[in-house]
Amino acid sequence: MTTGLLPSDATSPVAPARRSAGGGLGRYLLVRFLLIFPTIFILVTLVFLLMRTIGDPITAAQGGRLTADQLAERISAAGYDRPVFVQYVEYLGQIFTGNFGNTISDNRPVTEVLLTYGGATLELAFYALIVAFIVGIPLGMLAASLRDRAPDAFLRIFAILCYATPVFFAGLLLKLVFSVWLQWLPVAGRASTRTELAMQTLPNKTGIYLIDSIMLGSPTAIGDVLSHAVLPGIALGLLTAGVFLRLVRTNVIGTLGTDYVDAARSRGVSEFRLVRKHAYRPALIPIITVIGLQIALLLGGAVLTETTFEWKGLGFQLAGYLAARDFVAVQGIVALLAVFVALTNFVVDVIAAVIDPRVRY
Amino acid sequence: MATELVPSGHPTTLPPANGSFWGRLPVLKQLRQSVGLQRGMLVAGLAITALFLLVAAFAPLIAPYGFAQLRDDSGPFGAQQPPSATHIMGTTVGGYDVFSRVIWGTQTAVLVIVVAVVFSIFIGILLGLVSGYIGGWLDRVLVVIGDAVYAFPSLLLAIVLSIVISGGQSSLWGGIFAAALSITVVFIPQYYRVIRAETIRIKAEPYVESAKMLGASAPRIMFRHVLRNATRTLPIIFTLNSSEALLTLAGLGFLGFGIEPTAAAEWGYDLNKALSDVTSGIWWTALYPGLAIVLAVLGITLVGESLNDLADPRLRARRRVKARATTATTTATAAAAAPDTTTEEKS
Amino acid sequence: MNDVVEITDLSISFATDGGTVRAVGGVSLTVRKGEVLAIVGESGSGKSVTAKSILGLLPETATTEGAVLLASRDGSHANDIVSLSPSQLREVRGTDVSMVFQEPSTALNPVFTVGWQIAEGLRAHGTVSKAEARREAIEILRKVGIPEPEVRVDHYPHQFSGGQKQRIVIAAALVLNPGLIVADEPTTALDVTVQAEILDLLRRLRDEFGTAIVLITHNMGVVADLADRVVVMYEGMVVEEADVKTLFASPQDPYTRRLLDAVPRIGQGRVHTAEREAARAGARAARAAEGESALAPVVEASHLTIDYPGRFGRKGFRAVDDVSFRIAPGEVLGLVGESGSGKTTIGRALGGLTRITGGSLTVHGFEMLGFSERRFKPLRADIGFVFQDPAASFNPLLTIADAVAEPLVIHGRAESPRDARKRVDELLEAVQLPRSFGDRFPHELSGGQRQRASLARGIALEPSLLIADEPTSALDVSVQARVLELFAELQRAFGFAALFISHDLAVVDLLADRIAVLYRGRLVEEGTGAEVLDHPTDPYTRRLIASLPVPDPVEQAARRAELASIQADSRGR
Repeated sequence: MTTGLLPSDATSPVAPARRSAGGGLGRYLLVRFLLIFPTIFILVTLVFLLMRTIGDPITAAQGGRLTADQLAERISAAGYDRPVFVQYVEYLGQIFTGNFGNTISDNRPVTEVLLTYGGATLELAFYALIVAFIVGIPLGMLAASLRDRAPDAFLRIFAILCYATPVFFAGLLLKLVFSVWLQWLPVAGRASTRTELAMQTLPNKTGIYLIDSIMLGSPTAIGDVLSHAVLPGIALGLLTAGVFLRLVRTNVIGTLGTDYVDAARSRGVSEFRLVRKHAYRPALIPIITVIGLQIALLLGGAVLTETTFEWKGLGFQLAGYLAARDFVAVQGIVALLAVFVALTNFVVDVIAAVIDPRVRY
Repeated sequence: MATELVPSGHPTTLPPANGSFWGRLPVLKQLRQSVGLQRGMLVAGLAITALFLLVAAFAPLIAPYGFAQLRDDSGPFGAQQPPSATHIMGTTVGGYDVFSRVIWGTQTAVLVIVVAVVFSIFIGILLGLVSGYIGGWLDRVLVVIGDAVYAFPSLLLAIVLSIVISGGQSSLWGGIFAAALSITVVFIPQYYRVIRAETIRIKAEPYVESAKMLGASAPRIMFRHVLRNATRTLPIIFTLNSSEALLTLAGLGFLGFGIEPTAAAEWGYDLNKALSDVTSGIWWTALYPGLAIVLAVLGITLVGESLNDLADPRLRARRRVKARATTATTTATAAAAAPDTTTEEKS
Repeated sequence: MNDVVEITDLSISFATDGGTVRAVGGVSLTVRKGEVLAIVGESGSGKSVTAKSILGLLPETATTEGAVLLASRDGSHANDIVSLSPSQLREVRGTDVSMVFQEPSTALNPVFTVGWQIAEGLRAHGTVSKAEARREAIEILRKVGIPEPEVRVDHYPHQFSGGQKQRIVIAAALVLNPGLIVADEPTTALDVTVQAEILDLLRRLRDEFGTAIVLITHNMGVVADLADRVVVMYEGMVVEEADVKTLFASPQDPYTRRLLDAVPRIGQGRVHTAEREAARAGARAARAAEGESALAPVVEASHLTIDYPGRFGRKGFRAVDDVSFRIAPGEVLGLVGESGSGKTTIGRALGGLTRITGGSLTVHGFEMLGFSERRFKPLRADIGFVFQDPAASFNPLLTIADAVAEPLVIHGRAESPRDARKRVDELLEAVQLPRSFGDRFPHELSGGQRQRASLARGIALEPSLLIADEPTSALDVSVQARVLELFAELQRAFGFAALFISHDLAVVDLLADRIAVLYRGRLVEEGTGAEVLDHPTDPYTRRLIASLPVPDPVEQAARRAELASIQADSRGR
């Protein structure tokens, strides 16, 4: 799991351009945008080559179940007997047109799998980010302002515990306590069967249950969806919250030691405002950049969380396809996630650049 | 000029500790340096990590049963037995003794960490050093590749790699190497990034420029001047990466890409099997392996975090003046003796 | 009461890794209404700590004893800063006392507009409407001399020049019109021409606003220019206190005398330069008499141009533009300029660290335009280099002996550092360092000692050319004096030619046979010290020389008038 715990410099190769002032924003954005393509290309190529080194996906999926002749026939029909380079070029061409192949186990287009289940994963990531922001950022500021005192030590241990607890273990514990013992919250799933059936009737459902249930207009449905979201959201959110807390703390402590904070203090600005405004805002820029890198952590965590809570999203499907040894599906989903990660990192870098006045002007 | 009393500058300008041999060892040096809460965190981390290593070393003596043992002289253990005198942490759905598997699991964890971190450190450092120092075309390509891999969910990458390496399941060493190698590939970009950034920074330091002015060859500069200064942060990365390796291993195990239960004990795998137990209120099969992961990661992370704090002058806590200094004799001599006040730089 | 601040028996201790350090020990001083009190001293003298204690701005690791009585703005009462609660301290800061920092680029928050930052001071002391705060910010920006304040108030710090930033920092300190401003090295980070403007502004504060100023500085010229009264500090204690004229005319304490003696003054090195010129002329005549041709110059630059490429297709930056000069064997050329003038770039080009992009630069007859490193390497043995920051120019993991032995090992004069030890010891002796220092690590030496070791490394191969890039600008003035003396001695003994780069005219004049003045990459004037400094012809050189404050309050007052006329002159044009 990629975390923000490493003392990373958090700069992308084009970041130094942001330092130079004057009319650089447009050019920076362009360069940053163009950088998306090699990133996607590298990841897709990597995944393709790696997956192909173990042989063809049909043998992997159906190996024991079919006779050698049947196998050869299906391999030939799917074109896996051609040279790898030809397959690679064809694969790239398909991806370019948005075709990520068909799954072997249930013969569905990977893009359709994504459309069906992507919403659920986005929804989970959204809940987790809310938890992470609500918990991580204020507590990080608090820890920074009470540096080296007891609350700071407590918060730091809390942050490390958040990070040290694997999401699936946190999920299991939460489930055990709140669902099994206290029976306050549902054990698994995204909604009760009744709510799901009700939402199926919606004419233009989004697959994001929170939106669907709101469109349904039934408070019970909304409550049902939210109650299912609490535990997965917390389990995945706390992991990221720990990283955010530490990130905010370190960066705010860094800016609290700067001359400009001392200068504001010398004009009588209160300590609370020093942390909240003068130190936090400049710290925000590196924080946002690193938060972008946390998307990867969040997605990795989502796979585990979805498996733990039977949250039927992309991660849950991925685990299923892995168990079925359906490597076309795995390759397709991973490649799609690569595109998603590259795009979100681009957006995050753009946000960081835009809020930095040294770039804007 | 108040700043001159505060140890100035960057980690690399920190002087190496003087004094005894013990004082120069990496972790012990920091231990001496630390104060208050930071020392507490470091000591706690070291204690937990030491416990973890000791348990791994003496697992055969501590564990009452083998990790794949299903029965003893008095018959089969039985599945999902609650904790009792014979099985202090109960038994799993597969009929294994939970306590024994938790203990044996430390061995697997340590092996994977060592193999993974050793591989990735060497490759990562070499790539970072060469790419950062030589720069140019090679550097740009490596950065884009490194960043692409770095930004990608490492667990997914590790899954793909583990499929490639072992086809998913395997024996003890096969499984350990599969897990370790998948983690290695994922971590190389991290070492690469850190070492490259350090190399680029050090490359601009006057002492490297002065070596260049003297006509030193590129390898001489890289290995005599840059390498040792660039790798000062390594203990930190090493510890933080170890905890990541542990979590990735557990994640792989949880998704069913771990090591067969008959080949070795692996906590993530056990948690995967405990998934359905929890729903029926069976807590012991999940709790203990989970706690083992948390404790091991916590210990290693505490050490890494403390080292990180101590290396960063901004984050390092300092003693407050406890007794009010009343003897005026200390004034001049102390100022002269303190390492950071002897510099005559103008502020 | 007539005193704005009354400090009684102030002692401050810090907790450090090396134990408790007493930074200030029993300091007593007063600041009167509307006066500029300069606190002078070198690093570690405790001057900054003393000044910061007036605002209660010491870090948490500090323990303070004694009393710091600060009068309120209206003079109705006084507060003891040492015993104030945090919220009372907050009340006092900005209203009764305010601070100006050394480095204007770090004293302004990069992500807020300057107007917002100035208004923060107003908001901290009572509610003001947005429009009102903005109006006041514009007003104060106008007062400190920012042109078009109505527009500039919404700009971010990076959109201002260094001098303007310092004006804004002063404006922010001034917005509530406090009775006292503590200025901590307010001009140290600035170029000398900008320094003169900021000193002018501070003088106006005193004269027009009646603000008292505590001026912390190590620069005796600045003291002579601005101060009314001076307190000299040494190792945490006040050693002398006097009004400015008395102090410069008849310093009492031996330390003060030593300090004043160490300050380089223009014209000091002239006798020395003349002697050397005579010696060189004699040698030339001797060679001519023997029928040999004159020696070729060590360095010759003609129409030298150095461009830095721009990133992402943006326009590049021309650091050095059409510069021509030569350095004869055994001659010291002083290269003077402000930041961004290209002086360091020229030094780096000479050492082959930066590639030249146009014109010609030859070192020992070797053309540096498009040179190949392999062919240049043997020549490197003949070029020594001394860097600016002695702390950073040594690999922290090598001992001094190993570092000094590097050139010997690289150029095959010794097998290993151990093998070179005898020569290293000789070198250390030549720079007046004890042999035992060879076994120490760089951080175990003081700045001056490190710079000596750096000189030893520079001359290890007895080069015929030494490039010294601001070798003393990171040192205290008394240490600087000793290092400069050593440099002159070594030059005499080894007879190398040198390029001596510095921003300080007085330092250059002390050592250089000829002086070249750079301005924005162009060489505007070149000649002997007497020619360039006493009869400058270029308007920039004239302004540069007039801006340099001299350590003599009476003379400085006269020079101020001269500078004003030059400034009016250049503005008129």
